[in-house]
Amino acid sequence: MNPSLAVYQGMKRVGINFATSVPCVNLQELLALVNGDPDIIHLPVTREEEGAGICAGAWMGGRRPALLMQNSGLGNCINALASLDMLYGIPLLMVISHRGGVGEPIIGQVPMGRLTVPLLDAMGILHFQPLPAQAEETVAAAWSQAAAARRPVAVLLDLEYWRNK
Amino acid sequence: MKRIEAISLAAEAAAAQKALLISNIGFPSRELFSVRDRPENFYMLGSMGLASSIGLGLALARPERRVMVLDGDGSVLMNLGTLATIAHYAPENYQLVILDNCCYGSTGSQPTCTHLGTDLSVLAKAAGVKKVSLVERAGTLTPALQSHDTVIVVKVEEGNAPVPIIGLSPEEIIDRFIWTSRLRAFA
Repeated sequence: MNPSLAVYQGMKRVGINFATSVPCVNLQELLALVNGDPDIIHLPVTREEEGAGICAGAWMGGRRPALLMQNSGLGNCINALASLDMLYGIPLLMVISHRGGVGEPIIGQVPMGRLTVPLLDAMGILHFQPLPAQAEETVAAAWSQAAAARRPVAVLLDLEYWRNK
Repeated sequence: MKRIEAISLAAEAAAAQKALLISNIGFPSRELFSVRDRPENFYMLGSMGLASSIGLGLALARPERRVMVLDGDGSVLMNLGTLATIAHYAPENYQLVILDNCCYGSTGSQPTCTHLGTDLSVLAKAAGVKKVSLVERAGTLTPALQSHDTVIVVKVEEGNAPVPIIGLSPEEIIDRFIWTSRLRAFA
């Protein structure tokens, strides 16, 4: 299964129809799929925190939102996740390219790479790390849990995930 | 003009337009709650800087509803990228009202850079927003609010009105906002 298509099909299966994004090289195919989908309103944003805010408003307006970003962006939106989404009970699907692990060529990615899971755990945010073969199902299940619990949920896609893109 | 006067005029315009109103964290939300509470008001209690973004998502999701955002100079300076995003993606039903008192009014009136001359209306235009207005007198605020200007910068005096804190929980704020605005039916 193509790793980008697997994520996209998972989003489609649960009716994700709104997305904000800050790009990662590993997300480029997924971003193209989302951007080309007439049923998804897609906004490329300037910063991940801004994307979290826009997604929160979209959910209040009846949309099913996803934030597509690199894990570096998780650090940029911690306060929004806590004092907007978690405070009011607003669901969000976060599709995160998880850089900074085994095989990472850019040393600057390593600190946030190591901190990503501890940060999510500290915040009590559920996270999933599927392989491409399970990604469609996992992404769909992640949104279902976010919507049911009215909380943000993360799907982490590391370098190994994207190896065969 | 005092900020609470500007908020009062904005709340009146929002009610007349049946607009959804997103209100910035701190004293501005408290002042709005005290002058004109409506279920269509969403009071921010956290996430400083994101009022304009929340309103943008809402306006895109609900193109048939007017959406007004009451924001501040300190908050917009914290999320300046929002002006570029608004310039290119904000729909016609979206209006951002920036109440510029040149300071962080809820934390002791520490000056922001608008106090030193940064002009948010010029920044909005430079970001690509086509319809921008600058309001310096109370008499010209209501016509601006009735226009389809995307960004309105309103110069207001520093200082907070002596108003109580908002007597609603976060759950109450969002649930009545969503339910009474008929935005979303929970299964």
